[in-house]
Amino acid sequence: MQYDDAIVRKFFGATVLWGVVGMLVGVIIALQLAWWPANLNTPWTTFGRLRPLHTNAVIFAFAGNAVFTAVYYSMQRLLKVRMWNDMLSNVHFWGWQAIIVSAAVTLPLGMTQGKEYAELIWPIDIAIALVWVAFAINFFGTIAIRKVKHLYVAIWFYMSMVITITVLHVVNSLAIPATLTRSYPIFAGMTDALVQWWYGHNAVGFFLTTPFLGMMYYFLPKAAERPVYSYRLSIIHFWALVFLYIWAGPHHLLYSGLPDWAQTLGAIFSIMLIAPSWGGMLNGLLTLRGAWDRLRTDPVLKFYVVGVSFYGMSTFEGPMMSVRAINALTHYTNWTVGHVHSGALGWNGMMTFGMLYWLAPRLFGRKLYNEGWATTHFWMSTIGIVLYILSMWAGGLTEGLQWRAIDDAGLLAYPNFLDTVLALAPFYWVRFLGGTLFLLGTVLMTVNLLLTAKGGPAPQTAAAAK
Amino acid sequence: MMNHRWLEGQAPLMAVLSLVAILFGTFLEVGPIFTASAGPDAVPGVTPYTPLEVAGRDIYIREGCYVCHSQMVRPFRSETLRYGTWSRGGEYVHDRPFQLGSRRIGPDLHRLGGKYPDAWHYEHMRDPRATSPNSVMPPYPWLVDATYDADDIRKSMRALQIAGTPYTDEQVAGTEAALAAQANKIVEGMKPAGIDTEPDREIVALIAYLQRLGKDGTAAFAEEN
Repeated sequence: MQYDDAIVRKFFGATVLWGVVGMLVGVIIALQLAWWPANLNTPWTTFGRLRPLHTNAVIFAFAGNAVFTAVYYSMQRLLKVRMWNDMLSNVHFWGWQAIIVSAAVTLPLGMTQGKEYAELIWPIDIAIALVWVAFAINFFGTIAIRKVKHLYVAIWFYMSMVITITVLHVVNSLAIPATLTRSYPIFAGMTDALVQWWYGHNAVGFFLTTPFLGMMYYFLPKAAERPVYSYRLSIIHFWALVFLYIWAGPHHLLYSGLPDWAQTLGAIFSIMLIAPSWGGMLNGLLTLRGAWDRLRTDPVLKFYVVGVSFYGMSTFEGPMMSVRAINALTHYTNWTVGHVHSGALGWNGMMTFGMLYWLAPRLFGRKLYNEGWATTHFWMSTIGIVLYILSMWAGGLTEGLQWRAIDDAGLLAYPNFLDTVLALAPFYWVRFLGGTLFLLGTVLMTVNLLLTAKGGPAPQTAAAAK
Repeated sequence: MMNHRWLEGQAPLMAVLSLVAILFGTFLEVGPIFTASAGPDAVPGVTPYTPLEVAGRDIYIREGCYVCHSQMVRPFRSETLRYGTWSRGGEYVHDRPFQLGSRRIGPDLHRLGGKYPDAWHYEHMRDPRATSPNSVMPPYPWLVDATYDADDIRKSMRALQIAGTPYTDEQVAGTEAALAAQANKIVEGMKPAGIDTEPDREIVALIAYLQRLGKDGTAAFAEEN
């Protein structure tokens, strides 16, 4: 029996490729806000069409392929068995890439369903469902033929993703087609909004959180060469996270026309989510006990420590932003954009980079081409994230405070919305700089990984590659 | 913890329990909105969009306007001063998909209807900085030349009807006539401002939609106060 690492190498390459593409589009739209002529005066390149392309590319293409890389590599080893069906593995890989390419074509053409993170038109939605089912069959098939009786915690987290994403995607995509490229949801108004944010928030929960926790539970102990800190904690925070997350969606609709009972439920469960989220963060960080000295030298651990710390940071910030009084200030501002990116760049990005650097020698049988470059990449991305988040915090506060400011006469202190738009320009430039730095770091990683795959300095010994 | 160790050997049971865990919250939280008593209160006077407004709304969605503009005025003094009365959930019952938005790079649009003349919107879409200095909005000059297709809009009306919007079969069949009547009025209305355009242009449909935004409940809200 041999593990199927060819499929892992495919997902590995796709992660790197789509990472660069998705982040590049992000940098372009960041520039468009600082300098509007960057919209290029064509319908296909305006902010309104490219922003969904950016979000879809980084979530479903970059983070998605990273998750699949982690799943296909780790589950074979955790279950001591090859993937159940190689053909389904390839259907999953090529199907997913075809979906990404079709998204990259249709979104700039203005073909969209107009629901955030669920923009893709109905024929692509059907393709997603089919490819996902192929993945799910292979996933559960592999579990069925496993050689290890007990499922390791990483598998629980992967499983919750496979199950929940199926439910979310199918329900939120229910629509009546008008033409091949246009459809209307069967839900309307606030019902549509509630279903959408039940989907949207749990896409964060079960596409960008649980599988990444699974990734953490496999790759962090491997890289640190230490067992997971607490088995008991992993059980408690897994079940609490899966049970609580699904309720948090309405915090996206505070002060809207959504009935109050739903808003309040969403806010309360969001705050409760701090506990299981921090359970995961602590279990990750404490796994490093006794290995902290290696942080000085090992770039993989550097990425993991910052990644897990950002997870803790953004899962504290998120619940705070779900408190009505705070949400009143932050909602609709750049603060939200900063929050999302501390999760996307800090947690998903850094965890993925750590995994890719750890995997490269093992997948290609050679030492990493240049470890110094990896450390440089680490600092570029960390400084990039800090610039990004600080500028968005400051920009968000500026907006929130100017919008609500009332003068002594009881009138708006900044009645012209454009005054606030103008005040944000410096923050947009700093964000553009931070994003560019992050992108350049990813490009450096790409070169490093490419040179590793194409022939590093010396092949690793079989023992080290194991 | 010993029992959990046992559970980890029972993969199908583990999968079922995970599913139950997420469905529990889903049914209790999302479920009730489908009942009349737990959903938003109805707002009298809210009617479905006209065919031209449907066409305009499709353009609004196509261009991703929701990426930068919200349609949800929150119940704060600072917001009602800036935009007008706050948004009620019952005002959106014919919105498929909803377009509340999540970011205000530009201002909220829910009370935009009737705020500016049609000609203002025409100029603003062609060159946002002509009407709004320092705006970061991209220009949309192609909307002035691009045309909408009546057949296509009839298909939209039909799909909306199937989805649950209360259009009569006559309304769906009468799409073309309704389009022409409303579009001609907008075109004629902009002539005194020196704007010469055709009724089949996308810009006309978009203006029709923007001018409709947030107006249906106005009479009911005035009565409340």
